[in-house]
Amino acid sequence: MSEDNIKKFMFVNRKAPYGTVYALEALEVVLITAAFDQDVSLVFVDDGVYQLRKGQQTKGIETKNFSPTFRALEGYDIEKLYVEKESLQRRGLTEEDLLVEVTVLDSAAMGALMDEQDVILSF
Amino acid sequence: MLHIINKSPFGHETLATCFRMAQGGDVLLIEDAVYAATPGTALESLIKAALERFNIHVLQPDLDARGVGAEIIEGVHAVDYGGFVDLVTRNATSQSWL
Repeated sequence: MSEDNIKKFMFVNRKAPYGTVYALEALEVVLITAAFDQDVSLVFVDDGVYQLRKGQQTKGIETKNFSPTFRALEGYDIEKLYVEKESLQRRGLTEEDLLVEVTVLDSAAMGALMDEQDVILSF
Repeated sequence: MLHIINKSPFGHETLATCFRMAQGGDVLLIEDAVYAATPGTALESLIKAALERFNIHVLQPDLDARGVGAEIIEGVHAVDYGGFVDLVTRNATSQSWL
C-alpha cells in the first residue's frame, strides 16, 4: 500500500474490561484496522488503563480473558500504546502494574497526540 | 438492607450517591465497582470513611478477573458467590444501583 493511503488511526479506550463489552470490541476493531496496514495508536485513559492490568484471572466469572491479546499486538505491527500518567496515578498504578510495554504521556502530551490523528475511534 | 454497586467509582456517581443516601447496612461491590476496594487509589479515603457506617463487601471473582485480587483495603470483606447469596438472604431488601 502506498504511503498516501496510510492514515493515522487512534483508538481511545476509557472503559474497564469485563464490566461492559467496550474493551473487547475495541480490540476486535484494532485488529481489523491493522490488517489494512494503517498507522495505529492505542490510547488508554481513565478506567481504560485497567485493561492493561497484570494478573487478570477470569475463570471465576466465566468470561474470556482477552488481556493476553495486548501482548500479541506487536505481531500485528501495532506497537504504539500510550497511557495517560494522570489516569494511572489516580488509580494507584504504575507502569510496573501493566502487562505490556507502553509509553506514558501526561494529559497535555496525550492531547497533542490526538491532534495529529486522521481518524479517532472512541470506546 | 443490602446495596449492590456494579459501576466503577471513577467516572460514575453511583457509589458516592449510595454512600450519601444510604443509612448504613451492607454494601456489596461487584463487577467494575470492585476497583473501589483496591488500596492506593484517589478514592481510598472515601471508602475508609464509609467503612465507619457500612459493612463493605467485595466479590472476589470480580477482583481476580481484573487482576486486583491480591490486596484490598483493610476492613473490606471479600466474598465468593456463596457469600453474595448469604448477603441477599440475610437482608430483607436489596437494591441494585444500576
